Amino acid sequence: MIRINNLTKRFGKTVALDNLSLHIQEGEFFGYLGPNGAGKTTTVKILTTLARPTSGTAEIGGHDIQRSALAAKKLIGVVPQAINLDMELTAYDNLLIHGLLYRMKRAVIREEAKRWAAFVGLSDVMDRPVNTFSGGMKRRLSIARALLHRPRVLFMDEPTVGLDASGRRDLWGLLKRINREGTTIFLTTHYIEEAETLCDRVGILDRGRLIALDTPQALIASAGKIVVDVFDNESLTSHFFPDRASAGAFAATVQGSATIRNANLEDVFVKLTGRRVEP
Amino acid sequence: MRGFTGVFTRELLIIKKRLLKMLISFSVTPLLYLIAFGWGLGQKMTVEGVPYITFLIPGLIAMGSMTRSFAISSEINIARFYWRIFEEFQAAPVSDLAIAVGEVLGGILRGFLATAIICVFAVFFHVRIHVTGAFLLAVLANAFTFSSLALITSMVVRSHADQSMLNNFVITPMAFLCGTVFSLKALPGWAHALIRWLPLSPATRAIRAAALGHPMPWDALATVLCFGVVFFILGTFTIRGAKA
Repeated sequence: MIRINNLTKRFGKTVALDNLSLHIQEGEFFGYLGPNGAGKTTTVKILTTLARPTSGTAEIGGHDIQRSALAAKKLIGVVPQAINLDMELTAYDNLLIHGLLYRMKRAVIREEAKRWAAFVGLSDVMDRPVNTFSGGMKRRLSIARALLHRPRVLFMDEPTVGLDASGRRDLWGLLKRINREGTTIFLTTHYIEEAETLCDRVGILDRGRLIALDTPQALIASAGKIVVDVFDNESLTSHFFPDRASAGAFAATVQGSATIRNANLEDVFVKLTGRRVEP
Repeated sequence: MRGFTGVFTRELLIIKKRLLKMLISFSVTPLLYLIAFGWGLGQKMTVEGVPYITFLIPGLIAMGSMTRSFAISSEINIARFYWRIFEEFQAAPVSDLAIAVGEVLGGILRGFLATAIICVFAVFFHVRIHVTGAFLLAVLANAFTFSSLALITSMVVRSHADQSMLNNFVITPMAFLCGTVFSLKALPGWAHALIRWLPLSPATRAIRAAALGHPMPWDALATVLCFGVVFFILGTFTIRGAKA
């Protein structure tokens, strides 16, 4: 569904994206994990045609995003990191404008708006101006808008940033339902738990380079399933082990404080880069 | 091209939402001009063979339709840098031409709203404006030209500060100098020669002639339209250039 070949983006001397190659299957829930400034948003902007790559190519549904941009755009929906709704207008007006941009007939827009408003739980507030909405409602409206024209791929750039824990979990459920209906999802996030819970496969990006790509389980297993965190004065170091027995044996030798826990995707990042995923 | 309806519908919905505020705000400047220069200074003056207030009102129409059409520049700027709504247009399967058409139509509509308000004021000041096809064409040409110029500037500038600087150095001088509130014939030859090439000068000539029922100076109208077409083509290309 998405084919990226040797994609590079430079801003002056800064390399924001370094020779990225990636294939994403139809119906896949793909997670793009990395700290802020890793190049996640740059990738999404290029794939959604909002930015031009310095070199390399990308295809969506077989359409080159530069040579056949309009055909590629018809297949995608975008939920940007910064909410870009018209705050003065009603929720329905926002969907109407989107539908017209995608050349939908007004009667079809009305029907689809009703369906997606119900899907994201906003049916009762469609006539209200968006500036009266909470952050979570605005995010859900952004998702309904992105789905209105029934895209085959949904790009979501850090969709849960700014939401509280409960709002985040509600949104996770919604995203899983969208994916189950057959939509391919490309999700960028710096929340480890989000990537682990939702994604079929995860790509880890660091300083513009894709440093790991696999299922969350395989990535965690590759780092070592069990972690011993050792607190030594003011520093924290993590040690990786294939099983609890060897981890326990190691922890017994540590002078000071040590905790044993299951590994997660952040540990994969730490092992590969020596740094933590700082938001 | 059909995608322009999305962009233009957004403009219509915003105008509908703000209509009362817009009408009041569009009224203030021309009303102040009419009171200060029409009543206060120009009651016994004649300019180019007509009472000053009769000369002034078509100039205010030229000025008002220009400033209000050009004001979409700030609107696009806010949509682009602050609300990021412009990204929604750019991510949609809509050509740059369709975006340009939608935005420019929005600017033209604002220009006509400003014109309508001044035409209503003209009734109260006992000045007859000939609202004919020629007059509407002249206003359309002016609004089209400055909406298109607004599109270029909104895509080229990098911040709101740049935008207001452009207003101060380009639009405000044009509003005063291009024969809107005084006759260009009063200027020294070199200044007249220079100013007559600014796009608002021929627009003012065309609008004034049509509004007062005089023969249309077709050369002036053609000049404005040429400016408009060039600005529109450049504006369409600047949308593409605005991508990162």
